[in-house]
Amino acid sequence: MPKASASLPPVFRQWFESRGWEPRRHQLDLLEKARAGRSVLLVAPTGAGKTLAGFLPSLVELTERGGKTREKRGLHTLYISPLKALATDVARNLETPVQEMGLPIRVETRTGDTPSHKRARQIERPPDILLTTPEQLALLLAHREARELFKDLRRVVLDELHSLVTSKRGDLLSLGLARLFTMAPQLTAVGLSATVREPDDLRRYLVPQRHEPSPPLWGRDGEGGGNGSAERADQPVSAVPPSLALPHKGGGEQDLADLVVVQGGAEADIRMLELDERLPLAGHTASLSMPAIYDLIREHKTTLVFVNTRLQAEYTFQELWKLNDESLPIALHHGSLDVSQRRRVEEAMIAGKLKAVVCTATLDLGIDWGDVDLVVNVGAPKGASRIMQRIGRSNHRMDEPSKAYLVPANRFEILECRAALDAVHEAAQDTPDARTGALDVLCQHILGMACADPFRLEDLYEEVRSAAPYAGLTWEDFEAAVAFVATGGYALRAYERFAKIVKGNDGLWRVRDARVAQQYRLNVGTIVESTMIKVRVGRSSRSKPGTVLPRGRILGEIEEYFAETMTPGDTFLFAGEVLRFEGIHEDEVIAVRTSAGTEPKIPSYEGGKFPLSTFLAARVRAILADPFEWDRLPPQMTEWLLQQRRRSVVPGPRDLLVETFPRAGRFYMTCFPFEGRLAHQTLGMLLTRRLERARLKPLGFVANDYGIAVYASGDIAARAARDPGFMDELFSEDMLGDDLEDWLAESSLMKRTFRQCAVIAGLIERRFPGQEKTGRQVTVSTDLVYDVLRKHEPDHVLLRAARADAATGLLDVRRLGMMLSRIRGRIIHKPLDRVSPLSVSVMLEIGRERVYSDNADEILAEAEAALLDEALA
Amino acid sequence: MTALLKNKQTTHEIGLQGRTAVLDLTGAMYLPDEDALLVADLHFEKGSSFARRGMMLPPYDTRETLIALSDAVQRYSPRTVIALGDSFHDIGGPERLGDEERTTLEGVQSGRDWIWVTGNHDRILPESIGGQVVEEMELGPLTLRHEPQEGAGAEVAGHLHPVGKVVMRGRSTRRRCFLTDGSRCIMPALGAYAGGLNACDAVFKPLFPKGFTAHLIGTERIFAIAKAMLCRD
Repeated sequence: MPKASASLPPVFRQWFESRGWEPRRHQLDLLEKARAGRSVLLVAPTGAGKTLAGFLPSLVELTERGGKTREKRGLHTLYISPLKALATDVARNLETPVQEMGLPIRVETRTGDTPSHKRARQIERPPDILLTTPEQLALLLAHREARELFKDLRRVVLDELHSLVTSKRGDLLSLGLARLFTMAPQLTAVGLSATVREPDDLRRYLVPQRHEPSPPLWGRDGEGGGNGSAERADQPVSAVPPSLALPHKGGGEQDLADLVVVQGGAEADIRMLELDERLPLAGHTASLSMPAIYDLIREHKTTLVFVNTRLQAEYTFQELWKLNDESLPIALHHGSLDVSQRRRVEEAMIAGKLKAVVCTATLDLGIDWGDVDLVVNVGAPKGASRIMQRIGRSNHRMDEPSKAYLVPANRFEILECRAALDAVHEAAQDTPDARTGALDVLCQHILGMACADPFRLEDLYEEVRSAAPYAGLTWEDFEAAVAFVATGGYALRAYERFAKIVKGNDGLWRVRDARVAQQYRLNVGTIVESTMIKVRVGRSSRSKPGTVLPRGRILGEIEEYFAETMTPGDTFLFAGEVLRFEGIHEDEVIAVRTSAGTEPKIPSYEGGKFPLSTFLAARVRAILADPFEWDRLPPQMTEWLLQQRRRSVVPGPRDLLVETFPRAGRFYMTCFPFEGRLAHQTLGMLLTRRLERARLKPLGFVANDYGIAVYASGDIAARAARDPGFMDELFSEDMLGDDLEDWLAESSLMKRTFRQCAVIAGLIERRFPGQEKTGRQVTVSTDLVYDVLRKHEPDHVLLRAARADAATGLLDVRRLGMMLSRIRGRIIHKPLDRVSPLSVSVMLEIGRERVYSDNADEILAEAEAALLDEALA
Repeated sequence: MTALLKNKQTTHEIGLQGRTAVLDLTGAMYLPDEDALLVADLHFEKGSSFARRGMMLPPYDTRETLIALSDAVQRYSPRTVIALGDSFHDIGGPERLGDEERTTLEGVQSGRDWIWVTGNHDRILPESIGGQVVEEMELGPLTLRHEPQEGAGAEVAGHLHPVGKVVMRGRSTRRRCFLTDGSRCIMPALGAYAGGLNACDAVFKPLFPKGFTAHLIGTERIFAIAKAMLCRD
């Protein structure tokens, strides 16, 4: 029997042999697929040699082609990674085989850091393999030389595809990919991915989607025949009928990339960290578990300690160092830290110098961190797939089991960890659904394409629809996006003479001038960073007691909108300390350290960035509902649930439990939908509006991943007793009608969503750091634009884009809608005389979490009353 | 619409240099003794001014501003209307004014005295825009001008677009406002796209050496807020 590696050129065989390696099955599979001209999705766990598998066909082909031809050639292989650091890392790893085999192959990276002379040279004399990011690809595609650069492109490798496709970056990349397929018809795509729930979504993403042929445009009025495109070009744009062709559903193998799956090796050795002590009912610090985590770190070679937020990272790091009598090298890595500091940690990690790293999602992606033999996940897992990907980081030889501990920080998290363990055991995935391509991203892309080359509208429409996220894009939406790019696309056509793209007499659309192209280049990308503001420690002035001077060191950065909600005197937790907000001075937050033992008033922000997944939520509800399942929970949990059953009720898996009770002169209502904090915040906003209308005088609400608590000065239970339909009405689905619309009109979350769409679509220019204070005449507030547009053109493409985002993003309206329909007729209202065990957990969030309200007049009335108090004092 | 307005308390009275001034929810000010309505910083055609530079803001800002303006004019039916400068966002603004908007403006102007005080954005205004054009003027005990002048006596001015930010227990709101110490009043900008400058900004300090009260324009009514309650951005 010939060796599996027989298909490899001798130099490769020798190289594998010299290292004592055998090429892996999937690596050879990918080579074979490439030779057959097939695109392919490779699903493999970490440590399977995914990257080499992705590049092997290119290395072989480039070697076989040889370096003999002197003629100018375009790029051969393009590699796209979600992280700049990952691209750099992969380039380094690729250099090893290229050098050791002495292959005639030039590998280069292109990122935001690449100097301009090198960028120019890369276009003039392209390398064989270029490693870059989605944003850099968009910029390259908008370049005048794009066609020349990409005409010989054979392969595109998309790394960490599962993480790219879940966001607008994935939308942008899909459009770039569609353009690459147009320019280089011989191109094949390779996607590298962790295990996902629906691999077919990714397989579609990798190949152009075909559509049923559009109805012949020229035959509409019975004019008969004609020969296609030449005639179509003569049609004025508005005369083109909407193509009713739907995406080619179940359209056979041609619309799907091939699939190669590498099964994970041994099953993961994963368990919950159980303590004898009782866990608190709320909170996310897991302080009780720190000694056990420290012991685990000591017993293992290298441990990754994952947490959900930057604050948790800070806290965990400090707690571990308090215990670190042996001075083990334990490092910290999160997004708010200075870049140079993060790089130092990464380098030390690769060099094997660290015993443990406490990190956030910044280390979720696939950089090779060397010999990690244990993963500890502190806090709620939030999603099954997410936790599996994290666990996968602990095993770089795939035949050995990954080892991991889940550490719950409060009692609800015990339930969530239990549900996650079950999911891991069954290898059940909960990666999100495939996206519908966002319209704001499409607008950005259209302008980019106009910068590259003049285009025919129909051609670009077909190309865009070949990208999987945009396969269902209607002609009307496409036209609206083009109109937006040209003149804003308003019904009142006031800006024709300022159009950014114009249609020439030849029927081709082109960019108006170089200035517009420059605007595009500055605006490219879909990541709209929230503006960060530095936090500096202030010192009390000696000469003027009571005055705080901005003299101390900088602790790090916080989101500007978080700083905006604080008032001098508020206390908050940052960098592991309780600080008192003093004010903002020269664009820095000035804060002073408070005395020990001060309770932070506003201790958390961006609590858990990811809401609990629908899938895990359903499992948590199921465990809760089934007393037989309780046996599998730690005793403290079972005891708590039994208490809940005695005092109130434990809801069934499809029920919504609503409890009402009086406390300290107020009336409380709690409910437990388990739909994640974002959906709960929206629910809370809408419930308070309805309670307001019912004259029950709501005062505020708090939400976490599991439930919400609303408090009012009106007696909600008494109303429900008088009016038996009250609760059903309060939670009825029609709250997503007028109530939602009314709230959206003033919601600050909606305005933030709109702002992001406006920036991505290019309505307003991106703000760059240091550019903020350009004066009120030059900038315009998107909040004001939102108000005006909403009133005069509520169906404008940008508002539609913002509403689509609101459905799944910060407002999670879609999930709320599913919940409301699930609980219809299944609300269990328990009027209690005091708080129940279940409700305590969400009540504890009061004072921990911000109280949400967008009602300006309420806030102002309170401030006005303060003036009166002052006058009367 | 009328039902909506019923709940609103559109007016809010203050004293200004010994006279009554009525602050309106639109951001206008009515002086009953002079039967005059004052508005500031209309910034007509700011949208099209941005469009010229490639930022296609919705072209409805002038309309929106005119709706507020006519609303206030209808409520008080004043003999005189005075716009305190920056009525157009740039010199080319009057020329870009759409036909419909021009007609609406003429409708609002008709039957009353109309005075444009010039501002830094609209130093020159064409005759075709109607009314009288002045650099500054006296009205009873008050001087009306675009840019407030430090040390000047009683005056009403615009230019600075004051907004007040209030934070109460983690909830915040930022609204346009009138700033006054009883003798000087700085009016909020009325233009739909006119941004705002925080009332805590240093430029306001020399104008109000003894402090001020901010009258913040809420959704349903105007609120008098002490300076100490205002926060920086």
